[in-house]
Amino acid sequence: MPEPRATLPAADVARTVVFAAFIAVLGVFPGVYVGGSGVPIVLQNAGPLLAGSILGARRATASVVLFLAVTAVGLPLLSGGRGGIGPFLGPSGGFLIGWILSAFVVGIIASRGLLTLPRMLVANLAGLAADYLIGIPFLGIYNGNMGAALVQSAVFVPGDLAKVVAAAVIASLVHRALPGTLAAPTSRPSTKPGDPGA
Amino acid sequence: MNPLGLYQPGSSPLHRLGVGWKLLALLVLASGTFVLSSPVWLGVVVAAVALGFVVARIPLRRCWAAARGVLVIAAFLFLVQWWLIGLDQATVVGLRVIATLAAATLFTLTTRIDAIVAMLERRLAPLRRFGVRPGDVALLVGLMFQAVTTLTRIAGEVREAQRARGAERSVVAFAVPLLVRTVRHADELGEALAARGMGDR
Repeated sequence: MPEPRATLPAADVARTVVFAAFIAVLGVFPGVYVGGSGVPIVLQNAGPLLAGSILGARRATASVVLFLAVTAVGLPLLSGGRGGIGPFLGPSGGFLIGWILSAFVVGIIASRGLLTLPRMLVANLAGLAADYLIGIPFLGIYNGNMGAALVQSAVFVPGDLAKVVAAAVIASLVHRALPGTLAAPTSRPSTKPGDPGA
Repeated sequence: MNPLGLYQPGSSPLHRLGVGWKLLALLVLASGTFVLSSPVWLGVVVAAVALGFVVARIPLRRCWAAARGVLVIAAFLFLVQWWLIGLDQATVVGLRVIATLAAATLFTLTTRIDAIVAMLERRLAPLRRFGVRPGDVALLVGLMFQAVTTLTRIAGEVREAQRARGAERSVVAFAVPLLVRTVRHADELGEALAARGMGDR
């Protein structure tokens, strides 16, 4: 092939694509009811956190971008069957765009060392903060009032914190079940390491 | 899920207008609502968007579905704003939300997905020199759709297993097996793609 740098490494592509699909599936599944409250916990916005925790920054960011692009194009993959440009231009659009930074931040922190639960907690908490960093000012501009945006967003903090803890616990369990997932190099042609197949 | 997405087939002027122009119009309209701060003018914009639904001959059923989603969000914001800031600002924000969301919905209803993908491929063509291949975009989207089907099946199986174990309410008992199988599926897909020559040099 004349342009070697343009080829996509298959393993990276597969993980990116499958996790974009994973975030979509989280939206298809109905929310989980916790305790006696009538408010379902929507699983989807844990998707970028989990992608970052499990795939690392580069692939997770790519999969969130792919998911959001496919959604913006008009597929109803956001939870509640929403899709199109609408959700991005709506009041909470900043939180959707923030998923990209969120996945990136989680991935950066998660891949810096041992995949312990405390590290996962810190990574996911930072990811949530990254999402707020974009989402709340966006809402503030939308409302024309930053203070109101803060108050409105505060409603979601308890649920989001619960999701951060859940994502951290889940990610550390997944890493225990599948060691080497995050560290998996891009060039892993098959189960046997060593021979790059060139 | 409807394989056509949210598209509502039709042949109105709005359906036939180029994707690029429609997207531009949508962005102009959305930024316009942020510039306007008079409820009257925002009301005019909302009326114009509503007229767009009539011109596009969107069936009432779809209009209702769209309106319900938009109105729920607008009503929520309106009430919160009313409580926090006051009635005037709340009205402006409510109308702004209705105008932008309804216009975006209209865009989505009248634009085919493949037209958007084709437009993206054309627009991405200049990025070719930076190593982006527009054809890859189509491949990624296609692979993602297949993965959605597979993961939905896996998620259903995991849910069943969870129920059989009496752990329906545990998020962890659902997410961990689902993610483990998701990663495994990704690795299988990666091997299949590599076997078909992807990433060769």
